[in-house]
Amino acid sequence: MSAAEEVVAEGHEAVEAVPKRAMTLGTGTSVVVLLLLLAVPLFAKNFIIFQLTQLLYLGLAVLALNILTGGSGQFSLGQSAFYAIGAYVTAVLMEQFNVNYALCLPIAGVVCFGAGFLFGQPALRLSGVYLALATFALATAMPQLLKLNFLEHWTGGVQGLVVTKPDAPFGLPMSQDMWLYYFTLVVTLAIYLFSVNLLRSRSGRAFMAIRDNEIAASAMGVNVALYKTLAFGVSAGITGVAGGLSAIAVQFVAPDSFTITLAIQLFLGMVVGGVGWLPGSIVGAAFIIFVPNLAEGISKGLSGAVFGVLLFLVIYLVPHGARQVAIIGQQLAGKLRKN
Amino acid sequence: MELFTNQILAGIATGAIYACMALAVVMIYQAIDHLNFAQGEMAMFSTFISWQLMQWGVPYWGAFVITLVFSFVGGIAIERILFKPLAKAPVLTNVAGFIALFAIINSSAGLIWDFTIKQYPTPFGSAPFLGSQLISTHQAGMIGVTVLLLIGLYFFFQYTRIGLAMRAAASLPESARLVGINTSWMIALGWGMAAAIGSIAGMLIAPVVFLEPNMMGGVLIYGFAAAVLGGLSSPFGAVVGGFLVGIFENLAGTYIPGVGNELKLPIALALIISVLVVKPAGLFGRHIVKRV
Amino acid sequence: MLPGRTLRTAALVTATAVMTLTSGAALAQKKYDTGATDTEIKIGNIMPYSGPASAYGIIGKTEEAYFKMINDKGGINGRKINFITYDDAYSPPKAVEQVRKLVESDEVLAVYNPLGTPSNTAIQKYLNAKKIPQLFVATGATKWNDPKNFPWTMGWQPSYQSEAQIYAKWLMKEKPDAKIAILYQNDDFGKDYLKGTKDGLGAKASSMIMMEESYEVSEPSVDGHIVKIKAANPDVLLIYATPKFAAQTIKKTAELGWKPLQILTNVSISVGSVMKPAGFENGQGVLSAAYAKDSTDPQWNNDPGMKKWNEFVDKYMPGADKTDTGMVYGYGAAQTLAKVLEMCGDDLTRANLMKQAASLKDFAPDTLLPGVKINTSATDFAPISQLQMQRFKGEKWELFGEIISGDVASE
Repeated sequence: MSAAEEVVAEGHEAVEAVPKRAMTLGTGTSVVVLLLLLAVPLFAKNFIIFQLTQLLYLGLAVLALNILTGGSGQFSLGQSAFYAIGAYVTAVLMEQFNVNYALCLPIAGVVCFGAGFLFGQPALRLSGVYLALATFALATAMPQLLKLNFLEHWTGGVQGLVVTKPDAPFGLPMSQDMWLYYFTLVVTLAIYLFSVNLLRSRSGRAFMAIRDNEIAASAMGVNVALYKTLAFGVSAGITGVAGGLSAIAVQFVAPDSFTITLAIQLFLGMVVGGVGWLPGSIVGAAFIIFVPNLAEGISKGLSGAVFGVLLFLVIYLVPHGARQVAIIGQQLAGKLRKN
Repeated sequence: MELFTNQILAGIATGAIYACMALAVVMIYQAIDHLNFAQGEMAMFSTFISWQLMQWGVPYWGAFVITLVFSFVGGIAIERILFKPLAKAPVLTNVAGFIALFAIINSSAGLIWDFTIKQYPTPFGSAPFLGSQLISTHQAGMIGVTVLLLIGLYFFFQYTRIGLAMRAAASLPESARLVGINTSWMIALGWGMAAAIGSIAGMLIAPVVFLEPNMMGGVLIYGFAAAVLGGLSSPFGAVVGGFLVGIFENLAGTYIPGVGNELKLPIALALIISVLVVKPAGLFGRHIVKRV
Repeated sequence: MLPGRTLRTAALVTATAVMTLTSGAALAQKKYDTGATDTEIKIGNIMPYSGPASAYGIIGKTEEAYFKMINDKGGINGRKINFITYDDAYSPPKAVEQVRKLVESDEVLAVYNPLGTPSNTAIQKYLNAKKIPQLFVATGATKWNDPKNFPWTMGWQPSYQSEAQIYAKWLMKEKPDAKIAILYQNDDFGKDYLKGTKDGLGAKASSMIMMEESYEVSEPSVDGHIVKIKAANPDVLLIYATPKFAAQTIKKTAELGWKPLQILTNVSISVGSVMKPAGFENGQGVLSAAYAKDSTDPQWNNDPGMKKWNEFVDKYMPGADKTDTGMVYGYGAAQTLAKVLEMCGDDLTRANLMKQAASLKDFAPDTLLPGVKINTSATDFAPISQLQMQRFKGEKWELFGEIISGDVASE
C-alpha cells in the first residue's frame, strides 16, 4: 500500500500521522533546491529578490506552525500574534536602542519562545475548536495591545515604526535587498535544519506521539504537558524570528500589519504545503504570496472570489497539499526506476 | 448604580446579537462537528437577498420567508457541491475550504451590492421598550425571536426523529449508519438549517449594525466566543453565552480603569479562556470522555 | 495642434513666472523619466480592493474610469494615461510589495493617491529614497505636508487635524461652556482628530473635554459606548467615526432620546450612505464641515461641475452606486492629477512632476465646493486646506459661515 493511500485512509484524524522520513526532502532534491535558492537572486531584479525574501520568511512562519500542528497536533490561529511580537521586538530594538539587526533576531526568538511557552500553559487544557478559539482570540487581541497608550513611546502606537534597512557588511558589493535575501536564507536554512533534527530527536518523537494519541503517549511516559508547551514555545520562537525578518525587509511595523488575516494566511500556507511536511512550508508561503496577486490579475472586483475558487481547486485536487504531490512524484520516479 | 444597570441592559441588547449568531454556530457544530468560518458571510449574503427582495417591493414578511427558504436550500447546495467532495479530506483542509467560501461570498456581495451601508428595516419598530430607552422594541423582539428559536431547536433535537438522527449522525457517524441513518444527508440538512438560522440572525442584526458586506466580521468573533463559552453542544448554552459576552464586554469597558475601554474585547476573550480552562466543554456543554 | 501650443506658451512665458518659463522651455525639448514616453504616461496606484477596508476600493475604480475618459478624449498633451492599480488589502507589508512592483517591475512615473495612513507610512521612505513622487496620498494625516523632510510626498485632502481645529474653534466661539465628549476610532484617523481637537481648544481642553471614548473597527456596534457617554451627560458629542459607526451613533443617540449637539467628521457626511441609513429625522441639526459637494444632495442638481460628474458616472461607471462619496473623491483627485500632468507639458520628469504639483494656483476641480480651491507651493504640500461648516436640515446639508482655511504645519 502506498504512502498516499495510507494518508487518505487516515483522513478522519484531526492531523494525519506522517511517517518521520516523509517529513523532509531527499538529498538530491535538497541540493537542487538549495542551488536554486542561491543562484536565482544573482540573475533577478531587486523586486524579485524582495519577493523571494518574503517567500523565505513567510515560509519560516509556516514551518513554525507546521511544527506545532503537524508535529504536536495542536492547532493555532494565533501565529500572527507571535509574528507581531517578533517584528516589534526587532523594530523597537533596532530603532529605539540601536541594536544590530543580526542580534535582534535571536532576542526576538527568545522573547517569542517565552511568550509561546507561557501561552501554551492555559492552552494545555484546551484542544480542537477550543484551542482554535483561544489562539484566534490572541490574534484578534494583538493589534489592540500594540496600540496601547503606555507602549506608544516605544511602538509608535497606531502610527507604527519605520525601520532602517541594513547595508551589506564588509563593503560587499551587493544591494541591500540581495544582502538581506542571503541573510534571510542563512537564517531560514539554519532553522530548517534545526527543525528537521528536532522532529527526529527524542522531543520530536514525543511531539508525534502526543499528536497521534495523547492518552497513549502519556501512558508510555511522555510528559504531555511539558512537550505540548515546548512545541508552542519552539513554534512561537521561530515565528518571532520570521516576524523580525519581515520587519527588516518591509522596513515598517504597524498594528495593521499583523491582523487575523495574517494568521489565516499562515494557516492556509500550512494546509496547501501539506500538514506535517516541512519542505511544503515554502510551497505554502508561495501560495499565500503569489495566488492573491494572480487572483487580482484575473479580476480586480472579484479578486477575493477568484482567490477562493483557486483555493478550492487546490484542496480538491490535492487535499493533502504539496506533500501529496511530492508523494505521487516519488512513486512515479520509483516506478520509472523499476522499469 | 444607574450606569451599572444601564450597562447591563446595553450588554443584553448587544448580547442578543451575539446570541443569535452563536445559535447558528452551534447548529452547524451539531451537524458537522466543527466551526464554519464562512457562517457569518452566509448570513450576510442571505440578508442582502432579503434586502434586495424588499427593494423590489416584496413586503417584509414575504422577503423573510423567501430568504429563509433560499438560505435553507443554499446551505444544502453549498454542502452538496462544495463540501461533500471534501468529506474524506482532513479536517484542516475543510477549514481551508471554509476560508475559501468566506472569500468568495464576501467578494461577490461587495461586487453585487457595493460596500456602502444600507438601512435595513425592522418589523418591531425602534421605540423604547417598556419605557426603558436602553432596550428598543427591536432588541426586545430580537431577544424574543432568539428564545423562540431556542425552544424550537430544543424540541427538534430532543423529540423529533430527524433531530435525533442528526445528533446521532454528528456524534457517532459509524453507529448512526448502522442503524440506517443517511449520515451524508443529515450533514446537508444541518448545513441547510444552520444557513436558515444564520439568515434570521443576519436579518435581526442588520437593523442595528447596518447592512454591508463586512457587517458580520466582528459579529462572528463574538458569536464563536459566545458559543464556545456556553458549550458548543448546547443551544441553550450558546444563547446564555451570547448574553454573558455582551454584558462582560460592556462592564469591562466601563469599570476596568485605564485599559478597560481599549481592550474590552481582549479582556472578554481572556475571561472566556479562563472559563474554558476550568470547564473545558463550556458552561453548559457535555464533557466528552476521551478513549484510546 | 503644435503651433497653437507654442504660441500659447510663448504668451505665457512673456506674461509671468519662472515656473511657466521652465515648463515652456521643456516644451521645446522633451524630457522623460522612467514611466513616460511620447505616447504614454504610467501612473501607479494601490488601493484596498479586498479586506476590511474594501469600501474604499471604489476610489481606485473611479480613478481608473476617469483616466479611461481622459484617454478617450485623446489623453493629456497627446499621451495616454496607463493607470496601473493594485490591491494592498490595507496591509502595510502588502503595500510595500505592490509599490515595489509598480516601481521596479511596471516602472511607473509616479505613485499616485495610495490609500491609508499605515500603507503610506510604509512606502514613504522607500519612495523618497528613490526620488519617486508619492503624489496626492489618500489620507488626511498631517504628516504628508512635510516638504523639507519628504520632498517626494504630497497630500490632497484637508488634514484631519485642521478639520478638528475648525470644530474646536467654532465651539470656543459659539459654546464656550460646552461639556464635550469625543467618540473616536482607535487608529491613526481617530487619534489625529483627537489631537486636532485638543490643540484647537488649547488651554481650555482639559476643562471642556469631559470624556474621550474610543472604539475598535472590529466591534460590530458602538451602542454600548453611546450608553456610557450619555451617562456622563455631556452636551456636545464629537463623532470621529467612519461611516458605519457614525450612522450607528446618530441613530442610537436619537433612540436614547438624547439630544446633544453632534459634530460629525467630514469622512462620514455622505447623505446617501450615512445620514439616510441613520434616519433623516435623527440627524437634524448635526454639524460638520465639507470641502466637496455631496453627490446625493439635491442642491447641486444644476451645478455644472456635478453635471459633468454625473455624465462621467453614467458613461464610464454605469450601475455604480452614486451615493458613494468615494466616487466624488476619486473624481476630484484624478482631475487634480490630470491638471498637474497637463501643466508638466513635455517635461515628464519626476522632479518636474513634483514641481508642477507644488505650483497649483486656485485650481478648482468640478467636485469641490464653490470657493474651495487647491493651492500649493514649494513650502505648502497640503493641496486642499479649506472647509466650510454645514448643518444638516431636512434631507440635505446647509452650508453656513465663511470658507475657513485650516492649515496645520507638520511637526
